[in-house]
This record gives sequence, structure tokens and C-alpha cells, in this order.
Amino acid sequence: MKSLKKQTLVLTLSGALIATAGYAASHAATSSNKAVAARHAQMQMIGYHTGVLGAIAKGEAEFDAATVKAAAGNLHALAKMDGSTLWLEGTAQGEVDGSRAKAEIWTDAAGFAAKFADLEKASMDMMNAGDAAAVGAGMGAIGGACKACHETYRGPKN
Amino acid sequence: MIGAGLGWFLTAPDPLDPAFGAGLTADPEAGALVFAAGGCVSCHAAPGAEGDEKQVLAGGLPFASDFGTFYAPNISPDPNAGIGAWSLPGFARAVTRGVSPEGQHYYPAFPYAAYQHMQDQDVVNLFAYMQTLPADPTPSKAHDVGFPFNIRRSLGGWKLLFMKEDFVLSGNHSPEVMRGRYLAEGLAHCAECHTPRNALGGLDRSQWLAGAPNPSGKGRIPNITPGKLDWSESDLVAYFTTGFTPDYDSAGGEMAEVVSNLAQLPQSDREAIAAYLKAVPAIP
Repeated sequence: MKSLKKQTLVLTLSGALIATAGYAASHAATSSNKAVAARHAQMQMIGYHTGVLGAIAKGEAEFDAATVKAAAGNLHALAKMDGSTLWLEGTAQGEVDGSRAKAEIWTDAAGFAAKFADLEKASMDMMNAGDAAAVGAGMGAIGGACKACHETYRGPKN
Repeated sequence: MIGAGLGWFLTAPDPLDPAFGAGLTADPEAGALVFAAGGCVSCHAAPGAEGDEKQVLAGGLPFASDFGTFYAPNISPDPNAGIGAWSLPGFARAVTRGVSPEGQHYYPAFPYAAYQHMQDQDVVNLFAYMQTLPADPTPSKAHDVGFPFNIRRSLGGWKLLFMKEDFVLSGNHSPEVMRGRYLAEGLAHCAECHTPRNALGGLDRSQWLAGAPNPSGKGRIPNITPGKLDWSESDLVAYFTTGFTPDYDSAGGEMAEVVSNLAQLPQSDREAIAAYLKAVPAIP
């Protein structure tokens, strides 16, 4: 009788433990997926605002100082985001579906932050572009910042 | 016997032209643009070099292939490890004919089949510019190539078969397209990656720029003929300048390096390459 009770207790406890572990694992997986999705949203926002500026640089849209300032200002805000909620450990390519984040983001965190700082600077400079030609010149710096970061910290498309 | 003799004759490396460059004046600044268009840094900078370090052409980058692994050599002006002791005619033969100063064929991992189109003045300017770069004493790494591909003489046969002297895009075109052809088929050697190769590593000119497997094994290098690539000329120019695709994603992989090089060229040259890409035969 006593031993049956003990067995039941052990079973119940282990069941609870397994359930807790399972909950923790699925919770971690969910937050990882959400972090990757949020990063993609950030990149999409960066791409969108760069596109607004790019259309002006290419002559597809007319130069408008207010639009340039707004788009570049949003880019600046996006580049400045605190990455600690986004670039969670364990969310590299291969660890989470859809992620192309390279391990170097975590092994070389300072280098990674410096790349975002380059985009901050490039978008800040863009805010004061006075004509379409200046937007075109500024696009070189923004493109360079995006490209330099992707070269080092983004894995290949699968 | 006659056949063997003929073969030996046909596979002989091209002789040196000791008078090469006579009467031409070197302009190192113009050479910097040839250097950028040629993409020399992309292969010859030390692996992982960033910023100004990329001007040090110490070599060492590995290129895996079906024939073995090639290592980019040191082409910095160091007199022992690099090309500091080379003559202009020797340099010209190396770059445009794929023959070393010692008279040996180079492996076509070095894109001399494209560089053969380089105009003499551009060779002279390039040579002058490269002498202004920092010297580096790192010795070149030996290629890791097995039999029979380690018989250099056989590369003479490869050249006979695959080193075609004519441009792929023939016929009359605007001066802009002609300039683009010179840049794309010659200096920038786009086809080296964007055109598929046959079993012997020769480019399949009937599939010019129609895309190819990525030598890294990951993904495919895209078809950039009008049969597939629907970007406008201004999209292409913007891509060559900033690295942005029409969707504002940025160039990745080797193409990011290419964009860094093309971004240094005059706008008219980027426009010329875009015009050329619109003029090549469309391959679906």
C-alpha cells in the first residue's frame, strides 16, 4: 500500500516534470519563432523605407524633402532599435526555421552592432539630402551598410 | 610521331612579346578603374580582409572545383612573394594569355579567357596601378590538384578548345553596348560564374549568362539574360551602385563583392553593363 502510494507520487511528479519541461521547450520555440518573425518585420520595414528613397534616387518618384526626411528618419529609428529583444541566443540559421542569422552575430556581437551603427549614420546623413542627386549619393552609403552586414552576418538562402 | 609533335607545338604557351606596351604611357589612376572592373581584390585579397586590408593582394583564398582546390596567389608588389619583379610584357602575357613569367600555363581559375580582351592601354595602366599597392611577403600557396590535371602542359589543350578570341555578343551595337560588352565579357568576367561549364571546365557559350550551379554547392547562380532577368536597366544600374535589388534586399555572397567593385566605376560604365545585359541573347 505504502509502496503503491510512493509509486503514484513518483509517477505524478515525473509526469509533472515532463509536462513542465515540454511546456518550457515549446515556450522557448515559440519565442524563438516570434523573435525571428519580428526581425523579418524589422528588415521589411527597412526595405520599405529604403525603397521610398530608392524610387527618388532612380527618378521613379519626385524629390520631396519631407518624404525623404520621414523615410530616412524611420530608417534611422529602425537601425537604432535595441537588438537584445530580437537577436535571441539559439535563433541562428539551422536552429529556427526561416532564420538566416549567422552564428557570428553572437560570437562577434560588437562587430554586428557596429554594422547597425553604420546604417544609423547613413540614414542620419540621408535625412538632410537636398535633391534627388544627394538621395542617390546617400543610397550608396545605405546600400553599403546593408550589404556589409549581410555579407558577414547573413547566411545563404536555402 | 607527327601527331605528338603537333600536339606539343599546339599546347605550347604563347611567347612573350618583349615590345609590349611600347609607345604607351601608363596612367595609374585609370588603372585603378581597370583594377576595380577586373575584380582583382575579390579573389586576391587575403581571406577575411576588410576595408583597406583589401588593397593587400596577399592571396590565399581557396577555390574548390571538380579538379581540385586552387589558391589565389600573392600578386602584391613584393619582389619575391608577389609580382614586384615582373616586367610589363611578362605581366601582359600572364593576364591576357594565362602564361606565367616562367612560361607555364596558368589554371583557368584565373579568368584570362576573359582578360584576353583587355586593351593594351588598360593592361599598361593596370600594371602601373598595381605597383602602387602595398607589398606583402606571404608566399603563395601551392594548388591542391591531382593527376592528370596537375600536368600544366595539358592546359594548352584546354586553351585551344575553350579560350575563344571572339566576343560572344556579335554584330553591330551602340557604343554603349560595345563598352558594356568589353566590361562584362572582358574585365568583369561575369560569365565565369553565370555561364554553365562542360565536363572539362570550359564555358558553354550557347548558354551564355544563362545561370549555372554554384561551385560552393549551395544554390544556383542566376540566369541574367533577358530570358529570365526582368529588371529594368535602371534597376540594374542601381543594383551595381548600391547592391539593392528592386525589392530592396541587398546583394549577397560573391555578388556583394562584385557590387563593391562595380560601385567604383563611372556611372556610364554601370549603364553600359546594364545595356549589354539587355542585348545578349535571351535564354529561358
